[in-house]
Amino acid sequence: MSGFRQAKWREPLLFEMSVAGRISHKLPQVDKEIRKIAGSIESMIPTEMIRAQPPSLPEVSELQIIRHFTRLSQMNFSVSSGTYPLGSCTMKYNPMINDWAANISGFSWLHPLQDVSTSQGALELLWELERWLAEITGMEAVTLQPAAGAQGEYTGVMVIRKYHEYVTQECEQRNEMLIPDAAHGTNPASAAMAGYKVVVLPSSADGLVDLDALRAAAGSRTAGLMLTNPNTIGVFEKDIGEIAEIVHDAGGLLYYDGANLNAIMGITRPGDMGFDVVHMNLHKSFSTPHGGGGPGAGAVGVKKNLEEFLPTPRIVRNEDGSFDLDDNLPRSIGRVHGFYGNFGVLVRAYSYIYSLGKQGMRAVAENAVLNANYVAHHVSRIRGFTLPYSKDAPRMHECVISAEELKEETGVTAMDVAKRLLDFGVHAPTVYFPLIVPEALMIEPTETESKQDLDLFISALEQISREAYETPEKVKGAPHMTAVSRLDEYRAAHPKTLTLSWRMFQKQSEDIEN
Amino acid sequence: MLKSTGRENLKELFSNIPDQFRLKRDLDLPESHTELEVTKRIQNLASKNKGADSGRVFLGAGVGLHYIPSVVPALAGRSEFVTSYTSYQPEISQGMLQTLFEYQSLMAELLAVDVVNSSMYDLASGLAEAILMCVRVKKRTKFLVPTTMNPSHWQVISTYTEPLGIEVERVDYDRSTGLLSISDLESRLNDQIAGIYIENPSYLGFIESQVDRISELVHGIGALLVAGVDILSLGIMKPPGHYGADIVVAEGQPLGTPVSFGGPLLGVFGCTGDMKLVRQLPGRLVGMTRTSEEPYERGFVLTLSPREQHIRREKATSNICSNQALVAVTAAVYTSVMGAAGVRRLGENVAYNSHYAADRLDAIPTVKAPALKAPFWNEFVVKFENGISAQHVHDELLKRGLHGGRLLSEEFPELGEAMLLCVTELHSKEVIDELVSATEEIVMSGGDSQ
Repeated sequence: MSGFRQAKWREPLLFEMSVAGRISHKLPQVDKEIRKIAGSIESMIPTEMIRAQPPSLPEVSELQIIRHFTRLSQMNFSVSSGTYPLGSCTMKYNPMINDWAANISGFSWLHPLQDVSTSQGALELLWELERWLAEITGMEAVTLQPAAGAQGEYTGVMVIRKYHEYVTQECEQRNEMLIPDAAHGTNPASAAMAGYKVVVLPSSADGLVDLDALRAAAGSRTAGLMLTNPNTIGVFEKDIGEIAEIVHDAGGLLYYDGANLNAIMGITRPGDMGFDVVHMNLHKSFSTPHGGGGPGAGAVGVKKNLEEFLPTPRIVRNEDGSFDLDDNLPRSIGRVHGFYGNFGVLVRAYSYIYSLGKQGMRAVAENAVLNANYVAHHVSRIRGFTLPYSKDAPRMHECVISAEELKEETGVTAMDVAKRLLDFGVHAPTVYFPLIVPEALMIEPTETESKQDLDLFISALEQISREAYETPEKVKGAPHMTAVSRLDEYRAAHPKTLTLSWRMFQKQSEDIEN
Repeated sequence: MLKSTGRENLKELFSNIPDQFRLKRDLDLPESHTELEVTKRIQNLASKNKGADSGRVFLGAGVGLHYIPSVVPALAGRSEFVTSYTSYQPEISQGMLQTLFEYQSLMAELLAVDVVNSSMYDLASGLAEAILMCVRVKKRTKFLVPTTMNPSHWQVISTYTEPLGIEVERVDYDRSTGLLSISDLESRLNDQIAGIYIENPSYLGFIESQVDRISELVHGIGALLVAGVDILSLGIMKPPGHYGADIVVAEGQPLGTPVSFGGPLLGVFGCTGDMKLVRQLPGRLVGMTRTSEEPYERGFVLTLSPREQHIRREKATSNICSNQALVAVTAAVYTSVMGAAGVRRLGENVAYNSHYAADRLDAIPTVKAPALKAPFWNEFVVKFENGISAQHVHDELLKRGLHGGRLLSEEFPELGEAMLLCVTELHSKEVIDELVSATEEIVMSGGDSQ
């Protein structure tokens, strides 16, 4: 055992600590003359629009707040706490310097609608970052507007839609988006939001795109194919040349889901493989922190013939070298964000690429792939675990291990293994995804885990395997060392006990009392 | 490491990549840089910007410049929050889950609705999702919005509704007050309308006070009311839950997050507790529950996930996965720090400052502030009536180190030469006075003709 024991505080909600009249932060007095001239609040706001009762927010002191959120943070596992091999999420180290960069006032206090003469540095940064990302993906134009990967997908799919509207002029007829069964859930969801019918492609026996199935599905109704490469089992789609040809011959476009870009930066480029549109998750490959679920950034790159469809405004460089925003793009898909995207995240990605440089980006991919293969090799030799699909093919940034044998022989499931891993001070891999792997454990170590960290992870899985065969209850009852034991998810979702806010909780308590 | 996996060299690991697709040169990127060199580059870029922390920028128009108490970034910036991801393993992620539950609860109190999700990207995409949600709930395909709404938000909802064949119509407004034209609204109501959107305060600053009448009309045809509010106005203004809003959206950035050139923002998104709505809600929800086994302990989990893309795929309520969780954490800390008294006081301070500014500007001959006669909170339209262009006023203010409001001549040409000025607690009396005297000087000297 690692001796891990997570902090455990019986921390109430702030609402439960509230004492009437207690304050944390004092606001300045309003200047007497301002008050005299402005008049009373009642004279400014129509009576019927004044809030009758102040909102019942907690009344707590600053120290209470500091202790509250400090304690809560101690009950939250993070990359800063330990290994976080959550497959497909690329939980790599987030260098602190990038946070510093985003937080300096010349960036963080810049209003997005300021006169461009006062925001030249921000525009230059975005312009340069667009070019770097285009170079890394082999594309010719990039937008930084989408706020996350899924919004990047949506933007990319909408670009494909505009292409069919204006170029093939077959938008109505081409209403199908081809998506492999192993794809991320966001792919079909994004396609559906853009009005597409989703056609699911079954995977081949090797866990790759089945070329025959693709040939059968591609045709005059095909708008495009959305593909991850390396795919979600962590294997490179070696037939990508042929895949691109089939899709293009059918008149469709090829969309690259950049969730797995970390494996190939500086090694190969989606644009060179024949992809027309890509999205990148800057919070994955470009190391911006995941923030407990976001914010991310979902930049989208396209080939030259699709540039006119990108969201407005575009960042442009004038002949005199100054930068500007261009709204005049009649064929654009329009806006997807209120302003220019998650700028603070983009500053971090800029700082990351500037720091690593050309050699560093390639080293990232090499080390990420080396680490994933090291884990795949050693974990697949542990009793109960196998490496399904394309056994002899090297893994790229991640590997998907199946615990099916373990389940059959001991009753211990992939979920049990995941929960038990937490007791070792290691975050669990992604479980039960992709759907084509039974009892899937999707492991993405990333390049920033050391050999020592990986060996600890592997030995933890060895111990869990032994426990599964010898004392399965121990694994099935896990976790034991986290702030709480397994939680009742059925109760959480049941209409009678569903509690999504303090307001709902209080109403339920009143109902019980009555 | 490599040898232990039975491979000889790194190249073997990439053997599945066909040779024709391998990059046989270095990427055309900068060389690598040390941390010190990175700071120099970043500082060089940042120095070409003029940040609004000077307190001399009078812009709002979708984001808000507000003071951020020091405790807010200190807590929300804790690495355990910053470097985690979505709490898929609740037992080891109670900190983030409870914090997001508290975020949901604090926003629910401010908005006076039961349910708030754990975040959309920004108000604009949140509104687009709200329209899609109305269409799903009501199985109707039309939606009404005010003509005066934020033009950027209009562009975003146009992007999202067009491919799905949702028709969005704009309801006219009263030219003197800005308020929604009730007669135009009535003429557009029919059984194809899924919902209507109102802003409060509106993009143009005025307070939409006909909310009860609008709510009655919308619900009368069985449609839903979607309200977009300035979250910080809710310390003093009536919350949307009190005038019948079924779905609420707000921009959460003003709650402790700097404007940061327009992002990250925070799409606050909520609805009433009606399960017909809750089941159609996009985005993550954190629910309170207890441990599976005795002794029971309270705990928090992600819940109602069968709405979401990772389970429902193309039938999901939305494609959203990554969201703005850390901005939600920031909002939770900020709202706790402000408390009930703080948000009320802040709402008042903003109102005092903005009304003082409007009153002083209006005293300048040929300047009208507010140009729309309905009451306002923090933003108002300033109109220049002596043939001087708003652009000229803006340019001249900039020369004096002051940044005026959003120019409206392109977005709302019918308002004449106008700008949308935003005043908050950040603006001192001295700077407001400076703005007023500079404007007077510019207007009086005539300057350009249009």
